[in-house]
Amino acid sequence: MSTQLKRVHGYLAEFKSAKALYEAAEQVRDAGYKRWDVHSPFPIHGMDQAMGLNKSILSLFVLIGGATGTTTAFILQYVTQVMIYPTIVQNKPANIFSLPAFFPVMFELTILFAAFSSIIGCFVLNQLPRFNHPLFTSEQFKRFSDDAFFVCIEARDPMFSREETKSFLEGLGGSNIELVEDEV
Amino acid sequence: MSQSTSNAQPINVLERERLVTNNRSLNWITERVTGIIENRQPFLWWVLFLPSVVLSGVLGCCLFYLIVTGVGVWGNNHPVGWGWAITNFVFWIGIGHAGTLISAILFLTRQKWRTSVNRAAEAMTLFAVMCAGIFPGLHVGRVWMVYFLAPVPNANAVWQNFKSPLLWDVFAVSTYFTVSVLFWFLGLVPDLATIRDRCKPGLKKALYGIFSMGWRGANRHWRHYEMAYLLLAALSTPLVLSVHSVVSFDFATSVVPGWHTTIFPPYFVAGAIFGGFAMVLTLMIPARKIYGLQDLITPKHIDNMAKIILLTGSIVGYAYLMELFVAWYGANKFEFDAFMLRIKDGPYTPYYYAMFSCNVIAPQLFWFKWCRQNLWVVMAVCMCVNAGMWYERFVIIVTTLARDFIPGAWDLYSPTWVEVWTFVGTFGLFMMLFLLFLRFLPVIAMSEVKGVLPESDPHYDPHHTGKLVENSFNGAVPFDAAAGQPDHSSPKAGSTIALPGNAFTLWIKK
Repeated sequence: MSTQLKRVHGYLAEFKSAKALYEAAEQVRDAGYKRWDVHSPFPIHGMDQAMGLNKSILSLFVLIGGATGTTTAFILQYVTQVMIYPTIVQNKPANIFSLPAFFPVMFELTILFAAFSSIIGCFVLNQLPRFNHPLFTSEQFKRFSDDAFFVCIEARDPMFSREETKSFLEGLGGSNIELVEDEV
Repeated sequence: MSQSTSNAQPINVLERERLVTNNRSLNWITERVTGIIENRQPFLWWVLFLPSVVLSGVLGCCLFYLIVTGVGVWGNNHPVGWGWAITNFVFWIGIGHAGTLISAILFLTRQKWRTSVNRAAEAMTLFAVMCAGIFPGLHVGRVWMVYFLAPVPNANAVWQNFKSPLLWDVFAVSTYFTVSVLFWFLGLVPDLATIRDRCKPGLKKALYGIFSMGWRGANRHWRHYEMAYLLLAALSTPLVLSVHSVVSFDFATSVVPGWHTTIFPPYFVAGAIFGGFAMVLTLMIPARKIYGLQDLITPKHIDNMAKIILLTGSIVGYAYLMELFVAWYGANKFEFDAFMLRIKDGPYTPYYYAMFSCNVIAPQLFWFKWCRQNLWVVMAVCMCVNAGMWYERFVIIVTTLARDFIPGAWDLYSPTWVEVWTFVGTFGLFMMLFLLFLRFLPVIAMSEVKGVLPESDPHYDPHHTGKLVENSFNGAVPFDAAAGQPDHSSPKAGSTIALPGNAFTLWIKK
């Protein structure tokens, strides 16, 4: 259902190359903006530093996931092989000393759980899937996945102002500056 | 070692060959790759697709016949209980390994040329593993009881034996498939977004939109995405090495002469990568021609892959010879006889020589640059390798089982028509899935290829193409002449352990 009310999402400005985007990002960072992002068809090397971002914490998720996998596999095998249903094969023990035979499955489940936590963690940290983002209302934004490079400074940034942010982006060399609005 | 390399004087080096030739733009890559999906398929696509569908149907009929009749319709019987079914399983699972090698190991070793071939190679991995899974699944006999493979509580209160390599294999192969799907999907997300953004509103856009997860190419997203990709690569690297090792444990942990050898895990892994690269080239050389991707998959890529085939093929040849040597040197009568029956006067001796010539002798042509650049030669060698790797598994499985300890238990094995058509049918299934992949998904990882173009470097200077770089080269370790100490300020200096790896990397990059 559409209403007449619009909410400003922010300013979108196009830059002509990865190099220009990188240099613009450094200046947006130095100007003190916090709620902003750059959009590019591919990850740009060094852009995290240019935007003043830290290392992703995803690896912590993956470490926890991997450790969960190892533990799960150990419990699964110990409980079934030693406690519930000990099978004596080739005169091998059915106690904690059969641990070496459990290593392959422990390894596999470590990888499996770590892989799932890696991909799920990636999407959770990115707050994806999200299909209704205001940027999708912009026609020119569709080219981000082809060959266009954008900076978007959001209206919820405390430093955002309709006039100053626009002239700031113009000063950085941005073109096709657009005020992205979303229907409320 | 005290050359004058440690001073900061820049030296002129030859410019590295471009990964994408003819200075193609970002937009050209998008148009060319999505064009495959958006335009009508070429006639040749249908010429290949329809027989593939028919063969998949044949596969379905064979499996139906097997299920309603029983595994007796296959030719495996005592003493050859494994026959073609396990031969085909090991063959297909091995094919998959090249995809993960390209996507994971070459990513960790920063081989940027991988970007043009990784998507198709990963797709090939998935389809090969699907084909592989059919065989052990049905080989168990009563396929409706196949869930007994998984450690789930059942009515008999019987639990699986976790000390058995067969159960390790269940975990290894299912983990491998799952992680490969996740890795493939993660790589697809930005490219699906590209297709989404080009579609008109409708069902197609909705489907590509859903699978692209609402991707916006934001750097705050790329940050986590790249970390996830790196971690998946780091996880897949030991995984891919483990999968075929575990497959080889199925053989190596038995006491059957000819199987009970410690060389099996590395030998199987090298063979798997070898066979997989041959299959990648078999698929990609025609595909690049049909879809006009010569600027993305250049002769350089084919050259690199041919070199990997030569390397792994030589490792496999070494393993063949070492098996024979150990059989003689180990002085185990049964093992010696098992290998003598392979190479001399055994019932399957011709298969051994077919294997040896296809896998060891044919790839030696790749020592010559002309052979690596002539696509007909490359295709011919790859076809030899495809066949040779199947022969290898046949030799390992059938010749060994047909002649074990007691001559009274010896018997020969030959496949029935059901087995033959089941195997041919899996090729149909594999081709059908690959052709559907070409039709509906981006065959080249666009976002990754765009990222390795020179202008994607944020410090790119278009007026300065004849690059002058500082000499911080892996091979020449800069030494401080006065102190005689390695200069640790230079990146990667003094890493002697890494040198053999670097030598190979340099040869590949050359």
